[in-house]
Amino acid sequence: MAEAIDGQAYDFKSGTKPTWCPGCGDYAVLNALHKTLTNLKLEPWRVAVISGIGCSSNLPHFLTAYGVHGIHGRALPIATGLKLANPELTVIGAGGDGDGYGIGAGHFVHTMRRNLDITYIVMDNQIYGLTTGQASPTSMMKMKTKSTPEGVIENPINPIALALASGATFISRGFSGDAKGLAEIMEAAVRHKGFSLVDVLSPCVTYNKNNTYDYFRPKVYNLQKENHDVKDIEAAWKKALEWGDRIPTGIFYEAEGVPTYEELEPAYKQGPPLKQRLGIADPKDLIEEAM
Amino acid sequence: MRKGEISFRIGGAAGDGVASSAETLSRVCSRSGLHASTYSFYQSVIRGGHVWTQVRAGEKSLGCFGEDADVLICLNQDTADYHAKNVTENGAIIYDPNAVEVPKAELRNGVKTVEIPLLELARTFSTAQIMKNTVAIGAAVSLLNMDFDIFVSVMKSQFGAKKQDVIDANVGAAKAGHDFIMKNNISLGHSLKFTMQRRMLVTGNEAIAMGALAAGVKFHAQYPMTPSSSILHYLAAHGAKYGVVVKQSEDEIASINMAVGAGFGGVRAMTATSGGGFSLMVEGLGLAGMLEVPLVAVLAQRGGPSTGMPTKTEQGDLNLAMGAGQGDWPRGIIAPRNQQECFDATVKAFNLAEIYQTPIIVMTDLILSESYSTVETFDFNVPIIRGLRADETKPDEFKRYLVTESGVSPRSIPGQKGLVHIAGSDEHLEDGTLISDVLSGLPSSIEGRIKMHDKRMRKLKGMLKDTPGPELWGPDRADLTLVSWGATQGPAREAIERVAGEHNVKVNSLEYCYIFPFHSDETAALLKDASMTMAVEGNYTGQFARLLRAETGIGMDHHLHKYDGEPFEPRHIVRKIEEVLKLG
Repeated sequence: MAEAIDGQAYDFKSGTKPTWCPGCGDYAVLNALHKTLTNLKLEPWRVAVISGIGCSSNLPHFLTAYGVHGIHGRALPIATGLKLANPELTVIGAGGDGDGYGIGAGHFVHTMRRNLDITYIVMDNQIYGLTTGQASPTSMMKMKTKSTPEGVIENPINPIALALASGATFISRGFSGDAKGLAEIMEAAVRHKGFSLVDVLSPCVTYNKNNTYDYFRPKVYNLQKENHDVKDIEAAWKKALEWGDRIPTGIFYEAEGVPTYEELEPAYKQGPPLKQRLGIADPKDLIEEAM
Repeated sequence: MRKGEISFRIGGAAGDGVASSAETLSRVCSRSGLHASTYSFYQSVIRGGHVWTQVRAGEKSLGCFGEDADVLICLNQDTADYHAKNVTENGAIIYDPNAVEVPKAELRNGVKTVEIPLLELARTFSTAQIMKNTVAIGAAVSLLNMDFDIFVSVMKSQFGAKKQDVIDANVGAAKAGHDFIMKNNISLGHSLKFTMQRRMLVTGNEAIAMGALAAGVKFHAQYPMTPSSSILHYLAAHGAKYGVVVKQSEDEIASINMAVGAGFGGVRAMTATSGGGFSLMVEGLGLAGMLEVPLVAVLAQRGGPSTGMPTKTEQGDLNLAMGAGQGDWPRGIIAPRNQQECFDATVKAFNLAEIYQTPIIVMTDLILSESYSTVETFDFNVPIIRGLRADETKPDEFKRYLVTESGVSPRSIPGQKGLVHIAGSDEHLEDGTLISDVLSGLPSSIEGRIKMHDKRMRKLKGMLKDTPGPELWGPDRADLTLVSWGATQGPAREAIERVAGEHNVKVNSLEYCYIFPFHSDETAALLKDASMTMAVEGNYTGQFARLLRAETGIGMDHHLHKYDGEPFEPRHIVRKIEEVLKLG
């Protein structure tokens, strides 16, 4: 995140009422994000929330901050361009599992290896909601959906493991049924300097009858309550692969001291792009070189 | 050989250093005060195959690389086999007799065979094979009586003070070739005036990149693709010094969306690609059109469809640029006609993009993108017009998508207090509220949709006024009017001059750089009295002629379409002019 300037706590709620179904897991995500931004004393005009397409990608409309409600799967490249143009913004990507792990999977991997200082929140409901219930990249094997009436026959993506393999420097999972835990994770994620992933188990109450609140409640536990060492990448790998009777939530991994992309970007020697003077004051070298 | 000019052709295999040797020769010509124009013929291989570069140099400005070469430098046997017979009368062929055999019986009248032990002479200075090219370049410099010191100065610029040993070896090798010609008293008997006037020598891609720098580009994202890649290379090489973030992205979808993000962030943003990458970008372009985010997208065309002919030229992507993205959104399309215009058009593109808050597409083709041409020194002191911005002192009045007469709404930049808004890809109302879900189809939304769509599309009217119409070159009244767009200008003009010199007919050239919004009124006025028209374009279906007809109702009388992958040469156009005007 960018440093807060005036030290005031602002309200990030907007007058636009969310269009999500009653009971949708995304409400908890929105609340946690409101709380996080207020707690961190960020200024709404220095925060930008960038989303793709899907139910969850409507989220920017429900916040008071700058935002782009983009196209399907492209939240991260848009966020990348914005952050590189103006590193003084706090940039947050948001969307669903189809958006981030399906159509946007390539960008997901590459954005993580770049370690830009942005946060990516994925409201993972393991189904396509807005298109009325097809399988998603995180739908579990055998799950019956409109597009898989005989059950899913391909393995789901493991976002936590994928993030570890891709070099993300902060990797976490929240659960919409645990508002307090989710808010804690989100605040740590936004605070982290570098790329942070918050994968949120965010049940779709309309189209996913398998991965419901009741499905998760007895299974989820908080890593931070079990002495998990977030700096131990091998321990993180072990936990990343755990999915069944016990499903870990909390922070899996946080790398320290990895330079961000912005810290390494050579062009920043001339200052942040947005603040530079435009044009070439002295073109002598450019001209001479072309002679 | 034509008076006042000379063409060299250097041929070898990929990896022989043909292109770099040709660039050296081009720079020597340019620094001697000659105008220069090049064309590199190459294949999609890294080593082997057959490649050649033509360097045409002349006392007058040149619009294209010409036709047959006057001096052929054979670095391998293939070059002699393919090109020796096409060397012009009284020209010369330089080759190493220990490696290459020239089919002497096939040569045109008076062609000299200049046998130089290139490799043997080169070995004295370096073990690198490529040094034999340098010997040949030295010989060429001598054949034209150019000042050898200019070659030395080019080497110094190319390698810098740190590589004195490399400079010494090259200068020594070139001198050996130079002295060989002097000693054996070989002359072309062809004299050129060397004015020593200094000019820049740039490719279209470099001119675009320089135009972008002048215009204040601060973010460039690109995925490599021939023939657009040297834009990435140029900006990457200069990004740190001039403060441009240059991002090689994972694919073209990322490039365009990063540019959208940066443009939303308030910096001047650009991307560049060829047809395949552009095809991937179309959804992102439409996004920029909908969000009303300024950006510049360069589309350097190559032979299509699909992977097509990666190293060959074509003007086959106009329909793609015109139709990119679902739905209607206002776009500008500019197709610079030459390297100078690449610079100017790019500057203009950035201003139009910000004034109209929408994507501007700059289209070139391989022949323009990658060919060098001398240009008069670019004026980097260009106008930078940033467009309508929201008033920070009146946050209560701010509506990001305010419906205005011009179609342009006041824009705010993240970081500006009181002016937060959501830029949405869904259809939206003036304040950014989306009308695609719970408000969709309600009476107020229907009205809002129409108003918003009208607003966006009104930008085209302003853009039309802000861009120049086509240029009619040549006599006002003519027996035939050639109609072309982009880089066809050079060969078309040369063809016209040649026809005028040989026949008692008048031909003129109607040339388009600003393609869209289309200048219908000017076009109709200019073509009203045309005796006969002929579209000249590098594609199969006549994409530009079709656009012109769609916009004006005017059909072309004749068409010259070229899609063999090779650029237009003046003689191709001359032949067709003679055919349609029934000249014997």
